[in-house]
Amino acid sequence: MTVIVDYDAGNLRSVQRACQEIGVTAQITSDPEHIRRAERVIFPGVGIATAAMQSITARGIDLALLDAYAAGTPVLGICIGLQLSLDHSEEGDTPTLGLINGQVRRFKMQDRNLKIPHMGWNEVNLVQSHPITSHVKPGDEFYFVHSYYPDPTNEQDVFARSDYESNFCCAVGRENFFGTQFHPEKSGRVGLQLIKNFTQWDGRSA
Amino acid sequence: MLSKRVIACLDVRDGKLAKSVKFVNTKDIGDPVAKAREYYLDGLDELVFYDITASSDRRNIMLDVVENVAKEVFIPLSVGGGVRSVSDATDLRLAGAEKINVNTAAVQRPELITECATAIGAQNIVLSMDIKRVTATATLPSGYEIVIHGGRTDTGLDALAWAVRGESLGAGELVVNAIDADGTLEGYEINLTRMISEAVRIPVIASGGAGRPEHLRDVLREGKADAALVASMVHYQTYKVSELKDYLHNQGIKVRMSW
Repeated sequence: MTVIVDYDAGNLRSVQRACQEIGVTAQITSDPEHIRRAERVIFPGVGIATAAMQSITARGIDLALLDAYAAGTPVLGICIGLQLSLDHSEEGDTPTLGLINGQVRRFKMQDRNLKIPHMGWNEVNLVQSHPITSHVKPGDEFYFVHSYYPDPTNEQDVFARSDYESNFCCAVGRENFFGTQFHPEKSGRVGLQLIKNFTQWDGRSA
Repeated sequence: MLSKRVIACLDVRDGKLAKSVKFVNTKDIGDPVAKAREYYLDGLDELVFYDITASSDRRNIMLDVVENVAKEVFIPLSVGGGVRSVSDATDLRLAGAEKINVNTAAVQRPELITECATAIGAQNIVLSMDIKRVTATATLPSGYEIVIHGGRTDTGLDALAWAVRGESLGAGELVVNAIDADGTLEGYEINLTRMISEAVRIPVIASGGAGRPEHLRDVLREGKADAALVASMVHYQTYKVSELKDYLHNQGIKVRMSW
């Protein structure tokens, strides 16, 4: 069973609907035991890193995610779900799960012409191949809405980049974890295919 | 580079698609779910549903529409019309709306913007402003005034001042709807859109008056809008969404071209 982790962090049903559209049954859960036993875990979220981290810690979801990852369960982090998987977020100076070495940084936005947040469709440029993004072609765009972005310490954890203020990392992978800063569930056909690829992935990288 | 967005606005009355000219003479033109799906498959970047139902049962009708559209359309979905409280916003979000538009109720009680931004995230709160051109005065220095109740009531609020205040209250995005241009198909209010876009750091969606592809080009370029909202020109099949995007792309405007 694929589970979608529920920790009061926004629109989980849009992820669930996207799963339905591609013929995958996904169960929304906040039960740490369900997460530990799941075949696959989708860890979504919108909102503020500090509140999200408090929310998963209070429910014991933090430890369940670490256990699932250690057991080799494929995990897909989306937006805040990805951000919480790094070591630390500048948002509220928040220590996070540490599955991936690195920081979550805020766009500096010194250019007055750039709007905050980075909201809308932008190109996702692959820098390494991965089974989850095998369908993505040059010029394909995904939907973003965020003010913070992941910055992994190790370049080998970076799978895609996108251009806004800088050429920032927008997809991160390590072993059985993959995360996207963009929202595949709101990114039309290419987004649905990404989720489908995840649901068929064995958890072993590229 | 971030793409400019083409957004279709669907006015929904009693669960059916309607389109007005200058906010009156609305007529029904079809099933919102089918239209939404059609536009989604043709490359639309975002959808806005505006509830213009007058009946007391409006909330349930609209929640059904949103629920049904969200099952079939996998792009951001924005909903407005009659949102008066955090609970209205939360219900619409659970039904599948990404973004919530506030309009009249926010003018009457500006704290609504902050309350909603706190509850569902600033990036999901869109301040939708209906704006009419007036003679500039000391209290309306921009020469544009906010109107409410679907354009029927003047507020005495200066449009530029309200846009800036809306941003500081926590709105994540603005809709600049020029009611003089609404439904005319004669083009957006470029000056108004640019004035507001230059005054804020949140994205601005231009609305009202789109009739030809060059109108979108002009408001995205000269009007500095981040997104252009279309209605009649696609609802009456004058143009397809994909034709608008092809045109903008060929004019050198960055838009999403693969879907």
